[in-house]
Amino acid sequence: MDLSSAPIPPVGPDDHVRGTGEGVLVVYADLGCPHCAGAWQRLVAAEERQIVFRHFPVASKHPRAPALHMAAEAAGAQGRFFELVDSLYADRGRVDDPHLWERAERLGLELERFEAERRSEAARLRVRRDFESGIRAGVTGTPALFPAP
Amino acid sequence: MIAVGAEAPDFTLRNEDGEEVSLADYRGRKVLLVFYPMDFSPVCSDQLSIYQEVKPELTEKGVELVGISVDHPHAHKAFQEKLGIDTTLLADFEPKGEVARAYGSYIEGAGIANRTLVLVDEDGKVAWTYESPTPGEFPGANVIFDGLPS
Repeated sequence: MDLSSAPIPPVGPDDHVRGTGEGVLVVYADLGCPHCAGAWQRLVAAEERQIVFRHFPVASKHPRAPALHMAAEAAGAQGRFFELVDSLYADRGRVDDPHLWERAERLGLELERFEAERRSEAARLRVRRDFESGIRAGVTGTPALFPAP
Repeated sequence: MIAVGAEAPDFTLRNEDGEEVSLADYRGRKVLLVFYPMDFSPVCSDQLSIYQEVKPELTEKGVELVGISVDHPHAHKAFQEKLGIDTTLLADFEPKGEVARAYGSYIEGAGIANRTLVLVDEDGKVAWTYESPTPGEFPGANVIFDGLPS
């Protein structure tokens, strides 16, 4: 795997994009990071731009982060990516598996499918892809914001 | 800062478990020496956490990662546990900063090493270096991979 310097990849069809404004901001964020949780509320409140969410879990700092990012991917497979992200950032103290199941149920997700997909290799690779692109762009902390290329 | 191509000064320091580790132990392998200011500081915590995340890719390229600061092995152990990392941390504790001085990384008066990366090749020669402009910022992991032979 090449992790040498490279600009962030352009926004693609499988990126997680929220909003409809003209400006586009790419955010590398960690779902276990308190700074990201604080920033997230402000970012999504600004309606004049689109937000592209890219995964940047730092497991050694936030051990649950990889599992949370994979859960978000699994929620995304059922069309509820940002709903789960909002939920995780709004309540950071309850992130164990039973709490994820509760959240998934509240969001109306099909639980068995959510369970299988949040543990899948596809979800792991999707999260890792974003993480590696952040590393290549020089991300050293989260949240890291970039104007969309 | 030590010059690229120079013989990397050998040293023997204690790791987080109090065991002696020498640079010569790494002969035949590439080792990246990560000099950093101090355990538990916010920037050092971020730096070592990010580097931990790319250890598999460094291993793929045959590079061992070793952190060095002026802290005691007991502090290193606690720091390692707090961060949840398994990177070897060496104590440049007594005489304080002697190894950092030998590599041109020590900041006289501040009592700490600057944030410095030194890649030592299989033959014990300095292959690449990077020095942060200030101890308050650290090079992203991409900078390490930029410095590795392709």
